[in-house]
Amino acid sequence: MKRLFYSLCLWLFAVLPSWAQGNEVEMADALRANGKIYVVVAVLATIFLGIVLYLVSIDRKVKKLMKD
Amino acid sequence: MKKWYQISTILLLLYVIVGGFLMPVPRLPIVNESIRNLYFHVPMWFGMTILLAISAYYSVQYLRKGTESLDDHAVESVNTAVLYGLLGLSTGAIWANYTWGAPWNGDPQQTMAAIGILIYVAYLVLRGAINDPLRRARVSAVYNLYAFAVFIPLIFVLPRYTDSLHPGKGGNPAFSQYDLDNTMRMVFYPAVIGWTMLAWWITKLAVRVRQLKRKQEEIQAHRQIQIEENT
Repeated sequence: MKRLFYSLCLWLFAVLPSWAQGNEVEMADALRANGKIYVVVAVLATIFLGIVLYLVSIDRKVKKLMKD
Repeated sequence: MKKWYQISTILLLLYVIVGGFLMPVPRLPIVNESIRNLYFHVPMWFGMTILLAISAYYSVQYLRKGTESLDDHAVESVNTAVLYGLLGLSTGAIWANYTWGAPWNGDPQQTMAAIGILIYVAYLVLRGAINDPLRRARVSAVYNLYAFAVFIPLIFVLPRYTDSLHPGKGGNPAFSQYDLDNTMRMVFYPAVIGWTMLAWWITKLAVRVRQLKRKQEEIQAHRQIQIEENT
């Protein structure tokens, strides 16, 4: 069962790219792959995650206070 | 926090994110599109510095008046500022990895920023080490002023005396026409204002939590006394 699953995965990885090459829809990824725009995305995601985690921790404190 | 404040913070940041990704930027080698990080990475440091200035102001006010709420504002400003500093450091490492070749280059600005954050972490540790609340507030207020007096030259003065990978170092003024053109300013200044307003919003929330917690502890202590009196 496991072996079947792995071989299926392998097959998908092998075959999917060739399917993707078939339809030539120009998307932003191809346009900006070398433009380092993903660096900006990573930076913004880091900032967003950090702030959200801090807000969640504050929110937990408020909930705990409300309970008591 | 007032509603107009929350709405304007959200609108500003929304404008910054949309404009930051879509408005035209100068075409420069090496940085390419990652120049847009100016709208996200740099405001972290501006926000941190502004919050630390606010914290220093509250510490001065605390030393003058001794109101507990002033001390709360001073601590929570530092808390948010340290969060922004850590975010600035980690996003700077991501950016550096793809433009300077490594996440950490021993760049003077990077090193000084890390030291600056550690100074303020020491402030938080110092607070944790003193049990008497009045003494804690007074001692940490004085330390906070020293920390701010060291932080400013560490970040804004010393790195300019040496060569650095950051723009505007080695004697040049930062944000000259070579680093920042006028269309970028149209997003950059709102970005600094927006991210700083968000930091202050978070700070006020944390202050509220701190004060509620204290009130709760007071009520519990009061109850404890009543129970003991009854028995």
